[in-house]
Amino acid sequence: MTLEVSDLAVARGGVRVLEGVSFALPPGRALVLRGPNGIGKTTLLRTVAGLQPPLAGTVRSEPETLIYAGHADGIKATLSVAENLSFWAQVFGKSDISQALDAFALAPLADRPAGMLSAGQKRRLGLARLLVTGRRVWLLDEPTVSLDRDAVAMFADAVAAHLAGGGAALLATHIELGLDDATVLDLGPFRARPAELDDFDEAFL
Amino acid sequence: MIALLARDLRLAVRAGGGFGLGLAFFLIVVTLVPFGVGPRTQLLAAIAPGILWLGALLACLLSLDRIFALDWEDGSLDLLATAPLPMEGAVSVKALAHWLTTGLPLVLASPVFALLLSLPAAGYGPMVLSLLLGTPALSVIGTFGAALTVGLKRGGLLLSLLVLPLYMPTLIFGAEMARRGAEGLDYSTPLLMLAGITCGTIALLPFASAAVLRINLR
Amino acid sequence: MNFNALWQYANPKKFIETTDRVLPAISVLAGLCMVAGLIWGFFFTPEDYRQGSTVKIIYLHVPSALMAINIWLMMLVTSLVWIVRRHHVSALAARAAAPIGMVMTVIALVTGAIWGQPMWGTWWAWDPRLTSFLILFLFYLGYIALWSAIENDDTAADLTAILCLVGSVFALLSRYAVNFWNQGLHQGASLSLDREENVADVFWYPLVVTMAGFVLFFVALVILRTQTEIRARRMRALLARERMG
Repeated sequence: MTLEVSDLAVARGGVRVLEGVSFALPPGRALVLRGPNGIGKTTLLRTVAGLQPPLAGTVRSEPETLIYAGHADGIKATLSVAENLSFWAQVFGKSDISQALDAFALAPLADRPAGMLSAGQKRRLGLARLLVTGRRVWLLDEPTVSLDRDAVAMFADAVAAHLAGGGAALLATHIELGLDDATVLDLGPFRARPAELDDFDEAFL
Repeated sequence: MIALLARDLRLAVRAGGGFGLGLAFFLIVVTLVPFGVGPRTQLLAAIAPGILWLGALLACLLSLDRIFALDWEDGSLDLLATAPLPMEGAVSVKALAHWLTTGLPLVLASPVFALLLSLPAAGYGPMVLSLLLGTPALSVIGTFGAALTVGLKRGGLLLSLLVLPLYMPTLIFGAEMARRGAEGLDYSTPLLMLAGITCGTIALLPFASAAVLRINLR
Repeated sequence: MNFNALWQYANPKKFIETTDRVLPAISVLAGLCMVAGLIWGFFFTPEDYRQGSTVKIIYLHVPSALMAINIWLMMLVTSLVWIVRRHHVSALAARAAAPIGMVMTVIALVTGAIWGQPMWGTWWAWDPRLTSFLILFLFYLGYIALWSAIENDDTAADLTAILCLVGSVFALLSRYAVNFWNQGLHQGASLSLDREENVADVFWYPLVVTMAGFVLFFVALVILRTQTEIRARRMRALLARERMG
């Protein structure tokens, strides 16, 4: 169930931002994407998740193994924490949420409406969603935003446990999580070169 | 899919979900019409089927932008798109939830509102039946419109502009059926046409809505 | 005939090069046909024994009505080409054609009203044909509004193409629904392919010339507008490239 990305080119807003991105993510490993703002980390993650088509190249993975967590957590303010989690568990054909609640210390908050949570608590709820889905490969976009130090540690533990259990994670983050099995991929060298200007074709460049 | 339906219904019923807003709007439209055209019972009875249909249509329109906009804002739509749920299924469930929270209450309340407009007694059956048959089409077509405009900042007005022309066949046959019923005429032709439109839209339009939604999520 | 050779014109650059060569000829021909047809129709045809000189408005009314429908059909075809083959020129041509179609619809409606006033004694009636054109106008309006509302060009092209497809089905449905809803007072179509005998030859020939003029005029306009769209699109692409550094 290795996630294989080969010669991937992605575009944001119709402009090619990254090209020639290749990597393989075997089970039990984590890959951290690095690069300045705007280089296309989010775009790359969304492409790998299948939310947008690549300009070129391929993403190969076993079906139904990927789970994406973006900037927004998809939390409904009027539902309780437990209801939010159960919903996603049901969508993914699971039912047990207690483990996820414990992993992110959400059990005391389980019956509280999600709208009453702080930003960090909401983020924890969003990350807990990953655990209830049972998917093997996590695609995480800036997962530690608005988390305090304890929560970051909680998250690092969850990722480590996930990797130990044979899972894999692809992260875009600037924070050191202290993961043993993490490789860092700098996206700088993959920045797309502007095309030649003397002719233009279907891409209008 | 059932989980999604349950969640949408729960969200609609909880505070801030806007449940019942469509019904209130329907009531207001029905109340305003006599002020506009005068209180003569005969005139009201003659236009009652049309007014009821227009009111139901506008009430449906009012809540369309909520179908996807909230899920879009909080990121649920991205997550749903990566979930093991076919987009066509998700879109159909969304339309069903919209019908259950907007269309069905309108159908159930319509006899009361028909009373206000002094609809002839013979017209109640066909009127309710036409709404029952027609409102699912309104929800499904509206879901398509909502999917088209989901990424836009001020999509509300555009949504109406796009959806209202698509509502025309449904409105024509629905209102015609209700009118013929009220006048005691045979209404089997518009009934069949209306049923055909509803079945056709339910069967085919979710594919278009899902395609549009995928494009909007890119 | 090798149809695959046709697709090479889907390259924007090739499209501009080719159309630049034929555009002047088409424009001149369009002008000639329209001027000749309209002068012929207005001044050198007899007055209808029943309708008097009002009948002459058909030289504007019929071609514009014809174009209003056929432009939508052309948009449907180009939208399909875009969805299936992803040729940008096709999507841009649909975009370029829409406002022309809308204007044609308005011309058909306005000339119809001007003609209808002396003939039927009313500017407007909820006749199936008139109503269908009003509905068509609304579809054009929605299509154009959607194009202009979306910033990303490819997204806009995709969404409007699907809207055009779905809209076509519903426009057709509306057409039959409206027919059912109200049997009208509009005369049957003045022309059809087998050309019924309801238009005399004296009126028919100038009408054909005007229609040819309208078609050519539309082709010239669409080419011009598509070229503009291509250049605007290229400009946006270059600006975006500039910003990316």
